[in-house]
Amino acid sequence: MDAQGWAEIALTLAVTVGLAWPLGIYMARVWAGERTWLDPVFRPVERLVYAGCGVKPEKGQTWLAYAMSFLAFSIASFVVLYMTLRFQNLLPLNPQGFPGLSPDLSFNTAISFVTNTNWQSYVPETTVSTFSQMAGLTSHNFLSAAAGIALAAAVARAFAANRSGTLGDFWVDLTRISLYVLLPFSLVIALAYVALGEPQTLLARVNAHTLEGGKQVIALFPTASQEAIKQFGTNGGGIFNANSAHPFENPNAITNLIEIVSMNVLSYACVVAFGRIVLARKDARALVAVMVIFVLAAAAAVYAAETQPAPALVAAHADAEVNMEGKEVRFGAPSTAIWVANTTGASDGGVNAMHDSFMPLGGGIAMFMIELGEMLPGGVGSGLYGMVVMALIAVFVAGLMVGRTPEYLGKKVEAREIKYAMLAVLILPLSILGFSAVAAVLPVALKGLANPGAHGLSEILYAYSSATGNNGSAFAGLSANTPWWNATLGIAMLLGRFAYAVPVLAMAGSLAAKPKLGATVGTFPTDGPLFVGLLIGVILIMGGLQFFPALALGPIVEHFQALHALAAR
Amino acid sequence: MLSQIRPALVITLFFTLLLGVGYPLLVTGIAHVAFPAQAGGSLIRDANGQVIGSALIGQAFAKPRYLHGRPSAAGTDGYDASNSSGSNLGPLNPGLAKRIAKDAAGLVPEGPGAVPADAVTTSASGLDPDVSPANAHRQAARIAQARGVSVEAVQMLIASHTEGRWLGVFGQPHINVLKTNLALDAALPGAQPKGQ
Repeated sequence: MDAQGWAEIALTLAVTVGLAWPLGIYMARVWAGERTWLDPVFRPVERLVYAGCGVKPEKGQTWLAYAMSFLAFSIASFVVLYMTLRFQNLLPLNPQGFPGLSPDLSFNTAISFVTNTNWQSYVPETTVSTFSQMAGLTSHNFLSAAAGIALAAAVARAFAANRSGTLGDFWVDLTRISLYVLLPFSLVIALAYVALGEPQTLLARVNAHTLEGGKQVIALFPTASQEAIKQFGTNGGGIFNANSAHPFENPNAITNLIEIVSMNVLSYACVVAFGRIVLARKDARALVAVMVIFVLAAAAAVYAAETQPAPALVAAHADAEVNMEGKEVRFGAPSTAIWVANTTGASDGGVNAMHDSFMPLGGGIAMFMIELGEMLPGGVGSGLYGMVVMALIAVFVAGLMVGRTPEYLGKKVEAREIKYAMLAVLILPLSILGFSAVAAVLPVALKGLANPGAHGLSEILYAYSSATGNNGSAFAGLSANTPWWNATLGIAMLLGRFAYAVPVLAMAGSLAAKPKLGATVGTFPTDGPLFVGLLIGVILIMGGLQFFPALALGPIVEHFQALHALAAR
Repeated sequence: MLSQIRPALVITLFFTLLLGVGYPLLVTGIAHVAFPAQAGGSLIRDANGQVIGSALIGQAFAKPRYLHGRPSAAGTDGYDASNSSGSNLGPLNPGLAKRIAKDAAGLVPEGPGAVPADAVTTSASGLDPDVSPANAHRQAARIAQARGVSVEAVQMLIASHTEGRWLGVFGQPHINVLKTNLALDAALPGAQPKGQ
């Protein structure tokens, strides 16, 4: 650990949050349907889409209709993507000559990209055609992100409303967010990536004759265009197997910085936009503070863990200053540490190092950040509504302590909202621990493990945490392209997305119908350090505590094994 | 639910065309006009126009006269640029300890001091194009001997190919192996072994 490393971590985080402010202000305008400078280009397209859909933008939807639209859209996306992957051999632009994906892999991959998870059971370079990358995966990188942000907009309107029956229109939100936010920024970022070295070509491969006279086949894809939305929409699905550790996806420190920043900036911006729509800017600032505290703590912990002496290096008398197994030289420990905190806190799931080879606590922190519920700052949109759920539980707990009906942002929080909130929150331990428990004793599941002992359990836990949290990163030694893993991880992703989002929308509907109250002297302030502390506690207890026994058997016991191995020398 | 089917289909198809076909093709078009070298994969060609490799992608080096990259877990033989991968071995995996011990033992005679970590660990991608300055400088004596040139000349060439941190803060200092080896062949060809 050195000063340069700490400076890199602090500066990266500062740039991310700094840029989130203007972006959030812009996004609030998009949510509110106000004019933006892109209107001359996109207003006609918008009208065309609404006409084609038969949607009346100003009408608004009840929470149930909003949820139904969200589900209908996700089903349509799933079907189209499944077909694209399953039958890519019949579609154009398949210069690689790849066959269609197997049914279980198509199922898993389609769910993965529709739920904004981007878990990948396959090696893209040897599996997915150029057309599947573009029309299949790139487009759903956009759309699943837009759907998540749409839900955040609906939740924001619920808090702003005074006895309203509607939450806005899902189709309008989806269209406006795609056109005015995701597309223009991705276009600029993609071109920057190409300028900095990322390939962007329809050519599938180049044959090289190496300097020592060997042959090297270099796989190529339209990389930059997908990389841009992969990070900006907290998707994280690699264009190559090594994801953003691959030099084509992340060639240097500058692209690395842009990728780290862009994978979190939109999630923070959703909170800023929420604050403006609800007229609660200070409260939004408190939510951002909670997120930043967690990310900083996680980055520091991973940085510390990965600069501990690695037993295998110590045993070979090699330099053991940094655990370089599974890391790239150009990034080193600090760039990797802040990346890990951002990608696991934000349900992005892209990686610039292999988490499976991290020191026990480094990998453990990555897993723990996912298990805290993907709201630090979480996926685009989904992070905001995850954090609002936790905030409601926090004010409810505070209300119980003093015996008052709790309020949050002018809305009375009653039993009904808390029931919906808890319904959403409990889906995580149910899916993660439930599936892991079964997989840990099932031979067909255990066949996929790459590492023995406690680390093997960590591979299982990480996989279900990642899928349920819609994160998508992995302890990648796990061979997940089997019917068991593809099917159960697919179901975990579905639960994590929809069994969470639908109760949240029900909660939003219930809140929207309530009168908006003014603050009184009896209102618990939700914009100060007291609330920040309370919220941190609730997140740790709700998210952390239930996973502790499982973590104790995985990364924590492995940590003590590592200490033992070092002490024995 | 029926009323949702039309917008669901129209939106999915419209945006698949716009974002899945139009957007990547637009980026490809602009990229090929504005940044053709990068868009094509930053390829390096020899005097005859044949592709030697990509400046961004590591390739295997084993001869003593060349700077060696890191061990690679990509593909079966390493540095398979159409099958990127890390080893994914856990920190306490016996296989990892065995591999590192074996590789380190082979490198101990090459130079003074501890073997650098990046010389015995596989990268995340298996295609890491770089090595650390410590790793490169430790190989200088071997390279100089194989080429019949002075160690100082090799050290200087390595130093001149060291890329620092961006803005002094972001990333780590590194040396691109392929570019350095091309420079070695150009500036310090030394004694050419027979058959090359």
